[in-house]
Amino acid sequence: MTTTMKGKQVFDMLKGELASAIVEVQDECLVVKPAKLTEVAGFIKHTQGLEFDYLSSATGIDYPDYFEVVYLFYSLEKNHRFTLRIRCADKADPVAPSLTCLWMGADLQEREIYDLLGIKFSGHPLLKRIFMWEGFEGHPLRKDFKNGF
Amino acid sequence: MEIKSQQSSMNIDLHEGRLIEELKRSSCEMMPEPSEWLDEEIKRNIIVSTVDKLLNWGRKTSLWTETAFTACCTFEFISLSSPRFDIARFGMEVLRSSPRHADLIITAGTLTWKMAPQIKRIYDQMAEPKWVIAMGSCGISGGIFADSYSVVPGYNRILPVDVYIPGCPPRPEALMAGIERLRKKIEKKSFTKVD
Amino acid sequence: MVFKTEPFILNLGPIHPSTHGVFRMRVVVDGEVITDIEPVFGYLHRGIEKLAENKTYKQIIPLTDRMDYVAAMNNNLAYAITVEKLAGIEVPERAEYIRVIMSELQRIVSHLIGIGSFFNDMGTFFTPFVYMFTGKEKITDLLEMVSGQRLLHNYMRFGGVSGDLPPEFLPALRKFLREMPPEIDMYDRLLKENEIVLARSKNVGILTREMAINASASGPVLRASGVKRDMRKADPYSVYDRFDFDVPVACNGDCYDRYQVRIEEMRQSIRIIEQAAAGIPEGEVINPVPLRFQPPAGEVYGFIEGSKGELGFHIVSDGSARPYRLHVRAPSLINLTALKNMLTGWKVADVMVIFGSIDICLGEVDR
Repeated sequence: MTTTMKGKQVFDMLKGELASAIVEVQDECLVVKPAKLTEVAGFIKHTQGLEFDYLSSATGIDYPDYFEVVYLFYSLEKNHRFTLRIRCADKADPVAPSLTCLWMGADLQEREIYDLLGIKFSGHPLLKRIFMWEGFEGHPLRKDFKNGF
Repeated sequence: MEIKSQQSSMNIDLHEGRLIEELKRSSCEMMPEPSEWLDEEIKRNIIVSTVDKLLNWGRKTSLWTETAFTACCTFEFISLSSPRFDIARFGMEVLRSSPRHADLIITAGTLTWKMAPQIKRIYDQMAEPKWVIAMGSCGISGGIFADSYSVVPGYNRILPVDVYIPGCPPRPEALMAGIERLRKKIEKKSFTKVD
Repeated sequence: MVFKTEPFILNLGPIHPSTHGVFRMRVVVDGEVITDIEPVFGYLHRGIEKLAENKTYKQIIPLTDRMDYVAAMNNNLAYAITVEKLAGIEVPERAEYIRVIMSELQRIVSHLIGIGSFFNDMGTFFTPFVYMFTGKEKITDLLEMVSGQRLLHNYMRFGGVSGDLPPEFLPALRKFLREMPPEIDMYDRLLKENEIVLARSKNVGILTREMAINASASGPVLRASGVKRDMRKADPYSVYDRFDFDVPVACNGDCYDRYQVRIEEMRQSIRIIEQAAAGIPEGEVINPVPLRFQPPAGEVYGFIEGSKGELGFHIVSDGSARPYRLHVRAPSLINLTALKNMLTGWKVADVMVIFGSIDICLGEVDR
């Protein structure tokens, strides 16, 4: 049975500068400052006892006030899961750091989020539209996008 | 010599995007069925002769299909060509990957705008006489995805469709019935007189 | 004498007999050796996630069918499980058993088609494919018996399944369970010692264990690389914890291993179905939800082990009758992350073999 790590549990393991990167500690996840995401993700990947070596899924959500990107991690060894979130408050030009330097599996998922929600991932090796064609106007999954032909 | 593959691929993408936008703009109207194009004068003057009968018999009994399959309906088409339903009875078991060899295009599945130029190009490359069967709800009107931003609402926006087969997906039997309809249609046509 | 060749961009797809749909690759070749590859997606992007935002929860079930269209039951199940998790709906025992049977039958269908088209790509033109389709049609009949549809079943509902098994289903299933294992053995015998198959697939397109984990591969692709991870065992959903089955693992991570894992998984699926058919209880098959179904506000991630890998649904609900956001963790798309690493260094003729061994479904890749 996969256990879900509590946000408090992981937060207690973060020390010093990394602890200040946390915006909010929720029950089953941590909300991280976008700028510090790679450090925190690297920490939970390499720390003994956490070892989240598998990035399962990355999702973007368009909330009225901010964009949220949700990362779901698994540890294959320990068989537990954990969620990290970042919030991009700048709705006009949302930027988030790319996790491709740590997990190759983030590659296509980040391109998908970029294409459909318009969140730019800095440091991504090939950030361009994945599903829509070049020249398509707008990002379909944003709430202000009007669906239909 | 090193190709900057990323840069050059971006150019290909931009070119493709322009093609798609162009096609999207030019295909707001539905295309009428091919028989409606012919003007009245020709229709009245067509005489189906014995030569036509022979040619049409040849055409209808060996329809070669182009493999332009896009989505779910493909599997019903493959079921039809598998031993159980056995499309070979209609002389149609030959699936051609080259449009030059094919005279029937069964558009199995949803068509997206990104795919539309490719399908249109395949259709244009096929030699006359050629027929189109729109298979499934998506092929007719976009079906369940008609509201979507990326789906072409029906193949008749870009191709002149001869036979529509409803269903999501149509059963192989329905596809057989559709093919039978097309064969009847071919029988009635005189291709020697047109032009 | 050494010939100098210039790199050349070769376009494969989107309409190509062995890209399993409308997939496109730009392959940079140096002579005949692949130096770089860029997959191009989106030729079947139908905007399911956006359409789902404008539909009620129940109306989305048919949309999920059309994602991985060779494994529609699995998609239904993943979505139903996610919404049940969100709304806290209990599922009757009998429905759980029916779900397991359907899901495993569908897994066999998906693997049969995956293996058939893999060998089709390898050049054994249509012979294995026709064998596989004969097996597939038997299961299609069973699934049609319960759902009324041959391909896109639309059978699972929140809190159960749409209808009880017809009385002739279980005898037909038992007959199928008697017939299928020898058939799987026959496929395996035909293919696994074939010299050409071995030459074309052994040690071809190796995906190492580290790479597989790093690239978030899942399902048979991950297990063929030596990682024993199956969501049915790692985090059992539905009633999978009651059944006795093994998780097949191979160690080399080549095309042949991926094929072997799929064959073995079909045998394990038969085992699960046998146990489920023997232990299926009587009773209700659905715990109905109200007509105006409105789950509470919240966020949930539900998953199953689909035939292609971990199939997950991420739903954000704002308490209304329509989901605020629905995201699909599509295993087919994510398994393609490592495609570049698997293909680089191989010859053009190996592209389709390696690509076919991943077994993707374009409806799920692009959604």
